[in-house]
Amino acid sequence: MGKALQNEAMNIDVQTMIENKRKKKSVSGKLEKLIPAFLFLCAAVSVLTTAGILFTLLRESITFFSTTSIVDFYTGTQWSPWTGHFGVLPLITGTLLITLIAAIVAIPLGLMSAIFLSEYASDRTRKIIKPTLEVLAGIPTVVYGFFALTFVTPLLKNIVPGLGIFNALSAGIVVGIMIIPMIASLSEDAMNSVPNSLREGALALGATRLEVAMKVVLPAAFSGIVASIVLAVSRAIGETMIVVIAAGASPTLTFDPTRSIQTLTAFIVQGATGDTTFGSTIYYSIYAVGATLFVFTLLMNMLSQYISRKFKEEY
Amino acid sequence: MSGIDEKNNLKRIRGRVILNNVLKGLFFVSTTIGLIFLALLLYRILTQGIGYLNSDFITSFPAPYPEEAGIFAGLIGSIMMIAIVAPVAITLGVGTAIFLEEYAYKNRWTKFIQINIQNLAGVPSIVYGLLGLTFFVYMLRLGYTLLAGGLTMALLVLPVIVVAAQEAIRSVPSDIKEASYGMGASKWQTIRRVILPAAIPGILTGTILALSRAIGETAPLIIVGAATALYTLPDSLLSKYTVMPIQIFNWTGRPQEEWQFVAAAGILVLLIVLLFMNAVAVFIRNKFQKRY
Amino acid sequence: MNTLLKQKKVDNKTSVKPDIKENNQTKSEAAMDKNVFEVNNLNLWYGNDQALYEINMNVPQNKVTAIIGPSGCGKSTYLKTLNRMVEMVPIVKTSGSIQYNGEDIFSDKHSVEGLRTKVGMVFQKPNPFPKSIYDNIAYGPRIHGVKKKAVLDQIVEKSLRDAAIWDEVKDRLDENAFGLSGGQQQRVCIARALAIEPDVILMDEPTSALDPISTLKVEELVQELKKKYSIIIVTHNMQQAARISDKTAFFLNGELIEFADTDHLFSNPTDKRTEDYISGRFG
Repeated sequence: MGKALQNEAMNIDVQTMIENKRKKKSVSGKLEKLIPAFLFLCAAVSVLTTAGILFTLLRESITFFSTTSIVDFYTGTQWSPWTGHFGVLPLITGTLLITLIAAIVAIPLGLMSAIFLSEYASDRTRKIIKPTLEVLAGIPTVVYGFFALTFVTPLLKNIVPGLGIFNALSAGIVVGIMIIPMIASLSEDAMNSVPNSLREGALALGATRLEVAMKVVLPAAFSGIVASIVLAVSRAIGETMIVVIAAGASPTLTFDPTRSIQTLTAFIVQGATGDTTFGSTIYYSIYAVGATLFVFTLLMNMLSQYISRKFKEEY
Repeated sequence: MSGIDEKNNLKRIRGRVILNNVLKGLFFVSTTIGLIFLALLLYRILTQGIGYLNSDFITSFPAPYPEEAGIFAGLIGSIMMIAIVAPVAITLGVGTAIFLEEYAYKNRWTKFIQINIQNLAGVPSIVYGLLGLTFFVYMLRLGYTLLAGGLTMALLVLPVIVVAAQEAIRSVPSDIKEASYGMGASKWQTIRRVILPAAIPGILTGTILALSRAIGETAPLIIVGAATALYTLPDSLLSKYTVMPIQIFNWTGRPQEEWQFVAAAGILVLLIVLLFMNAVAVFIRNKFQKRY
Repeated sequence: MNTLLKQKKVDNKTSVKPDIKENNQTKSEAAMDKNVFEVNNLNLWYGNDQALYEINMNVPQNKVTAIIGPSGCGKSTYLKTLNRMVEMVPIVKTSGSIQYNGEDIFSDKHSVEGLRTKVGMVFQKPNPFPKSIYDNIAYGPRIHGVKKKAVLDQIVEKSLRDAAIWDEVKDRLDENAFGLSGGQQQRVCIARALAIEPDVILMDEPTSALDPISTLKVEELVQELKKKYSIIIVTHNMQQAARISDKTAFFLNGELIEFADTDHLFSNPTDKRTEDYISGRFG
């Protein structure tokens, strides 16, 4: 009763206004019902992208394998599409060689950076070094390729005799540098999430920082570290521009890092930019190579996810 | 009494401490290697490129002689490409994030979409190029056009934007959502008036980082047919186009040393654009630092 | 696609506990006064865990009704059921009926949004939006379609006055509400709830995060507000319930043990468990 009086005095009744608006608003209300459907369609695009990738790679690869034997493809040791030799092993070893060199560079450097940042550096140092290191991850790969070709290779020539202008060593090292921030940053996150109480427990027993890092923190953060390495390696497998520019285009079945090689990714670029015509065998071979690459990286990514999910540390 | 040999133990402790200090030094040096590499790279490119970096370089089309070559077509092409990538990828990415965070029931399907997005983020960029080649260039008959390139790049950066937007939306505290629902606001009203405004700094920061990745990407655009030399600007979505990284790649491949300087100058322009975008991202992050 | 969308279900499970608690006070009150809420045989589950058992309770109009009980007794859950905020947790199921002014709140005829415009809520922790004070208050009217600046101005001033905070904030309406003290924030939140002139205001331990002086201000405010609104307040503080409420309900382990006039309940509880609780023997 008191309320009615008050409302008259103010001469605005919000609830009445709301009631009136509600009756009028039914149209926009109906539009609102469409929003979830629209958002669902947005989410569907990413699923369709995956489906599209699978469909594309599968369809063109199947066409390719209808003229070239899949067994010859995966066991052949000669890759020279323009003379009709489709043995993918040289491309795979080329990719593995680059990945191996990159891993040799990036895993120790990345891990040691992570240990330094997480266990030794002061907060201030970490706040400066970590983002700076991450800048490395933001530099376009074409820039790395340029740097590998015009700086790293000439530099290495002074040390390694007989190094070609295009070689796996230089490209591999630079790919390794590129993935350092990935390993360092993600491993540091994993080590950082190890609770301080564990460290204090060990320090109180007289352990040195090093012993704490090696015997307490590394084991506790192990799965996160492994996941970061797997992810970084997968990134190295899929890296394209650095190897296209610095490793050359000579598919050779070799593990000699001083020689020019060709990776899976580099062939895709070569195949797509040459005089390849739509529908030719070479055109389809690009997709067979792409499918091989996709399977490699997908397996690595799933492995990384599996590791970080399965061995999620519980503190 | 305690079984610890005092004298020997002291010795051992000293050894352990020395080992600790030696390895600490090693770890520090390892950390600096990445930084030294970065410094070398920037220094080298700066000294190589600065001589060719002038206003003519920025406003000129490609030319047969190094002194006359310019990055104008690539710069404008990159900007036009971002003008396609940004609206497509932001709409799809933020839409997906809202769906997953606010509408989707946490069941197997949602988990499937989530894992799928994670995996997409790990697909090599060149595979996106193959998707774009088959789907946009040939199946939709877009040809080697700006639109085909832009859509390919939009799909490439989509997972990054989804993940950033999801994190931003998730970090909006649930008590202000409850406040909104408690006043009789509908789900969409709450999203539009409360959740999105609070999440927008995070979304923007992530988006800018994703777009700077799109600006630096080369490989997929080679596959979907960006032109290496272009003497006109694109005048429609269905024009031929080039972008900065493609031009740089092209210059890098030429044997004469002068072209290296041209490439370095191109890299400088590219890095300046990226630096600018990252500065904007940092500015946004600091300006809208979380207040709850 | 439907499988992907959250679905909120109200199941009509058959009641688990048939012993309905009759309460003499409740019955006689119901006969005399008008009730805003009539709750009958309310059961509630979070998944398979039952949180509320056979609640029967009539909430009188223009009174302050306090709900007390130890932590985890279901008092907050019960409060949030009254404006269906409890359904924010997707696995919630309920049975029984809640009538608001004679209409079933779970019926499909009425929207949740409609119910919540009539039944406002103030939360445990002050939760202003990260917007200006003005925009906080204008939020409710705006989402319900009130757009005219002049009208909004009037609503904002009136709501802030009613929440006894106008004088403190009138010169800084454009400032972010986060800049206010906790007590001021909570009164802004009350003003925000008042802005759409609901009939009922649900308060979920509104002073638990506040200092004593701010608590006192909110308590005084509640006394003032009951002239115009029906107020249901959950509190962990028995003195507070005794000070400000007209009727008090005691919850224990998801059951309504006793519901009576506040004076009566505190001075002469009928149930042994109520007596134990108010004399501090558990909780």
